[in-house]
Amino acid sequence: MTIAERIISSKVGKEVHSDEFVMARVDLVLANDITAPLAIKEFQKMGAKKVFDGSKIVLVPDHYTPCKDVQSAENVRLMREFAREQGVIFYEIGRGGIEHTLLPDEGLVLPGDLVVGADSHTCTYGAISSFATGVGSTDAAFAMAFGEIWLRVPKTMRFIYYGVLQPFVEGKDLILYTIGKIGVDGARYKAMEFCGEVISKLSMADRFTMSNMAIEAGGKTGLIPVDQITIDYLKGRAKREYPIIELGDADEIVEIDCSQIEPQVACPFSPANVKPVKELTHIRIDQVVIGSCTNGRLEDLRRAARILKGKKVHPDVRLIVIPATQRIWEESLKEGLLDIFSSAGAVVSPPTCGPCLGGHMGVLGKGERAVATTNRNFPGRMGHKDSEVYLANPSVAAASAIKGRIAHPEEVI
Amino acid sequence: MKIRGRAITVGDNIDTDQIIPAVYLTSTDPAELAKHCLEGYDEEFPSKIKEGDILVAGENFGCGSSREHAPWAIKGAGIQCIIAKSFARIFFRNAINIGLPIVECPEGLEAEDGDEIEVDFEEGKVRNISKGKECKTQSFPPFLQEIIDAGGLIGYARRRLSG
Repeated sequence: MTIAERIISSKVGKEVHSDEFVMARVDLVLANDITAPLAIKEFQKMGAKKVFDGSKIVLVPDHYTPCKDVQSAENVRLMREFAREQGVIFYEIGRGGIEHTLLPDEGLVLPGDLVVGADSHTCTYGAISSFATGVGSTDAAFAMAFGEIWLRVPKTMRFIYYGVLQPFVEGKDLILYTIGKIGVDGARYKAMEFCGEVISKLSMADRFTMSNMAIEAGGKTGLIPVDQITIDYLKGRAKREYPIIELGDADEIVEIDCSQIEPQVACPFSPANVKPVKELTHIRIDQVVIGSCTNGRLEDLRRAARILKGKKVHPDVRLIVIPATQRIWEESLKEGLLDIFSSAGAVVSPPTCGPCLGGHMGVLGKGERAVATTNRNFPGRMGHKDSEVYLANPSVAAASAIKGRIAHPEEVI
Repeated sequence: MKIRGRAITVGDNIDTDQIIPAVYLTSTDPAELAKHCLEGYDEEFPSKIKEGDILVAGENFGCGSSREHAPWAIKGAGIQCIIAKSFARIFFRNAINIGLPIVECPEGLEAEDGDEIEVDFEEGKVRNISKGKECKTQSFPPFLQEIIDAGGLIGYARRRLSG
């Protein structure tokens, strides 16, 4: 059996296999300030009175927070009231952050869990062997009411990464390279699995980055088996016991030689439109965003700070740095990272999804171009429909901010 | 059941940011969302849609975010069915859950804007009446058909709650 089949079987109470439709028990339900208001409305329409278990439901206002306008404030007010009335977990700003960085960091998600989130990047938790997948608001409402979700058990597509990584090649480059290879629907309806000698040495931050973008290849989740790195990460976070999830079967195997991979950039308007950074160093930019559920972790900010230390952001460029959670913000402050960013001429934002989806805190105008460590570069994603987003890792983003054009970190170090 | 309507067409990999740009996501009202349906794809699109139209799309329709606002915007605009070569998985489940009829037609139905389209749900076929073309659709497994027959997941949940 595959990891996906094993986890789902344990939530159905009998052995199930790929392509079967099942109703499965969930361990955690998540919604944010875009999807929760609709989910709450649907919950009421169903005639549900009480959530199945308040300790297994998490509401995180992170997309348009701190609230950007009256409507977004009303949406968060609705979430807050629902949370209070139903006794579900709610993370207020200043004590929370971006959902997909926050939940595993707080130990709310563990290996072997089945997690559904009304946000497509819920697949992030696959990095700790949780079968975590994005669903819609009505699904979230149903799961809040019944503690269950309907699923088609996916087939598994395994990616084995081998070789030695070149300097400045990070988790982001591995996943961008993979999406470039298989396309935006290359893993549609499937569970992706990432493993091999390269993954075994990868930090949790890089693993989360990879699993986070499984959805950009159409994947249902992006699973990585549990090893010592996972166990060390969960130490002090996990408040429950969890199973050690090991590799099982796979329906399809793709091998990737990482030795030849250079830092990658996904060009507009698709995460699969991937090129090595060296082919793009002529492209001038207006803005750089370092943050998001993809690359807003402490390790990401350290990488950006290493490049920016003692340097200045190019006069024609705005650099926006967004630590993903309050804890990461605090750690960045203690380590002196925020000082490095500020001295370089960057603005440091409070934790928010903000510009990633063109919400606020750095939206692009007509014809403007950004390098971002985020996950999507669809038309109009970061603002005006005639603006452009190039996706890259934090080191490339920081180097580009200094040069005023897309740049390889080697050019500034 | 058979339905007929006028074709309105889009290409491959239409993502949810194009279906409903994020700037409109503070609303949960289908009528309000409908005013911006596919605006990120073509600014004129909302004014091109007529009540009862059938949206004909290519591969991977609805990829990207999980925002249910996307199928709601389409439903709110009066589009009665989507025919696509394939759907991205979250969009697929959202459409089923909110009772927006969709049919998957892997070979692809040749269509231009304005063609008359017929969808025959029982027979599992879609036809372009104007062009005299026809193709087969994927059938839904009984489990999903039950949700579809209940008008979506809300109806399914209501039945379950009323026991």
